[in-house]
Amino acid sequence: MPFETALSLLAILVKVVVVLVALLATVAYAVWLERKVVARIQSRWGPYRVGPHGLLQPVADALKIFFKEDFVPSEVDRIVFWLAPFLAFTLALVSISVIPFGSSITISGHTIPFQITDLNVGLLFVLAVTSLGVYGVALAGWSSNSKYPLLGGLRSSAQMISYELSLGLGVVGVVMIAGSLSLREIVERQSGLWNVFVQPVGFLLYFTAAIAETNRVPFDLPEGESELVGGFHTEYSSFKFAMFFMAEYANIVTVSCLATLLFFGGWLGPVFGPPTLRALLPVFWFCLKVFCFLFLYIWIRGTLPRFRYDQLMAFGWKFLLPVGLLNVLATSLIVAWRST
Amino acid sequence: MAPLFYILAALAILAALSVVLQRTPAYSALSLIVVLCSLAVVYLLLGAEFLAVVQVIIYAGAIMVLFVLVIMLLNARQETPTDRSRLARWLGAPLLVVFLGEIFFAVWQRFPPETIPAAPVLVGGPRAVGELLFRNYVLPFELTSILILVAVLGAVVLAKKEV
Repeated sequence: MPFETALSLLAILVKVVVVLVALLATVAYAVWLERKVVARIQSRWGPYRVGPHGLLQPVADALKIFFKEDFVPSEVDRIVFWLAPFLAFTLALVSISVIPFGSSITISGHTIPFQITDLNVGLLFVLAVTSLGVYGVALAGWSSNSKYPLLGGLRSSAQMISYELSLGLGVVGVVMIAGSLSLREIVERQSGLWNVFVQPVGFLLYFTAAIAETNRVPFDLPEGESELVGGFHTEYSSFKFAMFFMAEYANIVTVSCLATLLFFGGWLGPVFGPPTLRALLPVFWFCLKVFCFLFLYIWIRGTLPRFRYDQLMAFGWKFLLPVGLLNVLATSLIVAWRST
Repeated sequence: MAPLFYILAALAILAALSVVLQRTPAYSALSLIVVLCSLAVVYLLLGAEFLAVVQVIIYAGAIMVLFVLVIMLLNARQETPTDRSRLARWLGAPLLVVFLGEIFFAVWQRFPPETIPAAPVLVGGPRAVGELLFRNYVLPFELTSILILVAVLGAVVLAKKEV
């Protein structure tokens, strides 16, 4: 038995390392992709000097940011000023632990699921971690002890609280249809028809709220350079700034993963060929779908202008929230009618 | 699981002390978040995953965010201690000790350590909680929701008056 335990521990360790490395690599190359795609949208070339097609640009960026001076303004609240970026970064990494990225693989009799841990309330776990993500931003704004970060922090906390509700409501329909909060079960329920066709309103709600939740264009008011200098991270430099930056992209990856799992059938897709290919193809489908979402994010950034702050709040509370409630009402009526 | 529980319990108590003793409101709020999160992990250890996650979402993720937001809005920094109540300073600590001793004694008498049963396996899944809420406790549940609605309306009315 100890051998078995050691083996399963090893499997978990390998999974954790692989998933974290994959996530960080995705984050690094999402930045590269964003610069490239936005450049093409704006008729430029984007990064082209470091490596072929600027492929080594993330490495150069990382080197640059680590060798910069880590400047701490004299009036900041030092403990919280340190805590905020670490909190933001850690929370951004934690939620990936319940994301399933494939069904499972069997190696010499051991079935290893493609997921770090299968929580039976996995979806709620991701929402909980997302709701904690506000602290990174809010505390950064408060601890900087400076007006622009404070205003940026206040704005983004208010924005994240407002859109969290719509995010949750957009997901409720899917949960009611699947009858489960486990991400694995939600995906397996979609083998006939993807949820996006059953819950189109839920998907639009979720995706809109997710863009706002990750502070991206057109909802990137917390950073609004023209009015707030840089928002909550104005006073941050070097490694601490990099942590906020990586947290933002890691959050985008998580939100895209969740959209794929909840509405686009997760890893489901045509599977064929020899056993190894059969095991790995679902992972490929999952990654492809997530990539499409990342591309969509960048596409939206390159296309849309920024909202005004009052428009953002009015849109969240007076449009998204009522639509979300109506969607939940309609879905529950249909689910109840079907089950009788 | 026992050592993990003691670590979490110690963390919760230390953080709770810090809530009271900190001079800066933001630190107090942060300590309270630590208390709530360590309680959530205790729920997780007991097998109540749903309860743990809901604890984080509602208390740490919603209520405490509002606290932190208000502290930020007021931009409250370190508070200066007031030396008004001599009575509280001299009587506070002894009274606290008596009160804690009383609670400890009562609990000790009611549940002597040898009679404490092993923690039952909790069925704290969303289905179990939902069935309890909507079957056994449907009236209190709905009444609470109406109460909260009234409170929300009251808050809106109060806030509108000032504009």
